[in-house]
Amino acid sequence: MTSIAVSTTINGDDVEFLCNADETLLDVLRNRLGLMGAKEGCGTGDCGACSTIMDGRVVCSCLVLGAETQGREIETIEGMSEGQDLHPLQAKFIEHAALQCGICTPGFLMAAKALLAAHPDPSEEEIRFWLAGNLCRCTGYDKIVRAVQGAAAEMRGAKT
Amino acid sequence: MRYESPATIENAVDLLANSDGHAFVLAGGTDLLVRMKGDDFNASLVVDIKSVDGMGQIEETADGFVIGAAVPCAALSEHAALVAAWPGVVEAANLIGSTQVQSRCTMSGNLCNASPAADSVPAMVAANAQARIIGPDGRRTIDVADVPTAPGQTSLAKGEIIEAILLPKPGARTGDAYLRFIPRTEMDIAVVGAAVNLTLDTDGTVQTARVVLGAVAPSVVVVDAAADALLGSKLSEDTLKSVEVACVAASNPIDDKRGTVEFRNQVAGVLGRRAAAIAFERAGGQS
Repeated sequence: MTSIAVSTTINGDDVEFLCNADETLLDVLRNRLGLMGAKEGCGTGDCGACSTIMDGRVVCSCLVLGAETQGREIETIEGMSEGQDLHPLQAKFIEHAALQCGICTPGFLMAAKALLAAHPDPSEEEIRFWLAGNLCRCTGYDKIVRAVQGAAAEMRGAKT
Repeated sequence: MRYESPATIENAVDLLANSDGHAFVLAGGTDLLVRMKGDDFNASLVVDIKSVDGMGQIEETADGFVIGAAVPCAALSEHAALVAAWPGVVEAANLIGSTQVQSRCTMSGNLCNASPAADSVPAMVAANAQARIIGPDGRRTIDVADVPTAPGQTSLAKGEIIEAILLPKPGARTGDAYLRFIPRTEMDIAVVGAAVNLTLDTDGTVQTARVVLGAVAPSVVVVDAAADALLGSKLSEDTLKSVEVACVAASNPIDDKRGTVEFRNQVAGVLGRRAAAIAFERAGGQS
């Protein structure tokens, strides 16, 4: 099988990699680029643990081919904090104890980031529907919803 | 497996036409990549059509809307004119999968995947949508209803690709709606889906109507008897009862863990009448 050369942007950095035609973006991130934040849960787009943002839209990176990312802009959990300064969503997830085992957390954070970019002041219902493709088997979701609400309020406050 | 991302639709057609038959079109990939992970899946070629000009565009023309085959469903709800014209089609497409899936999945893919439970297909059929197909012999345009022929099967020949979905410009006093039943509130596959598209006469009675059911037969079911019941009416209780009875009669579902035949038949009737009521209200109708 011939490898495909791909040039893309990940968290603002130009990245080049080789991949096989059937390798997913998740495979590339984890196995070729050492970015282990996106997790493989189901591998079939049901659980959201591998959520990343591609050209501004949140996607399951298990349902994107690595080759498809040519010329795209990818954001992963590794690019979320500014150095040691946590993103408000990360800080609120800790404050609200919105994680237990943590496997789903990078996916929730990326999906929530995309939500707040599109809807800075979402209702609880909007948060729950937006995050319906992210499964958490530990928290029962309430703490996650409170954390997203808290981060949204803080981010709105920071802008005014 | 080979991956190609041709810059023109003609190149894409050539690649598919000259393949060994194990070639697949990749738009959003939300069905294809899941299938690729199966042990019994065998692909020699995947043709990504997203680099082809226009595939990711929604164009508003004098006749209606041309929705490129790679437009993600999330983009449909961001197009104000499309939402205003065909709210039922947009809400059906937006019911597919999660936010993540919405970022990628397409109506053309939903159509070509040919699942009996595809959410966008009943709504497109109700809206008289057409599919513009390009292949080795040129272009042809067919009704969306004529694309799926059986579960997982379409009428597309080797080398043919759906290039765009065409939605007409709705006439005055037109409304459409789509409802589906699923066992949970999100992220599930339709047990029953019902779409209604109707246009009112100047006196407020129904002048034309289309009633379409999904997930209750191998392909979508156009329920002419339900549409006939709506004609000339202002949706009295008697009319709605006739719509319900006609939908139950047209429903021919399978029995599985998500719904029995009896349950699906009943829900088809309930959703048919409710969708009709919503479409009527959107058309500006008053009972």
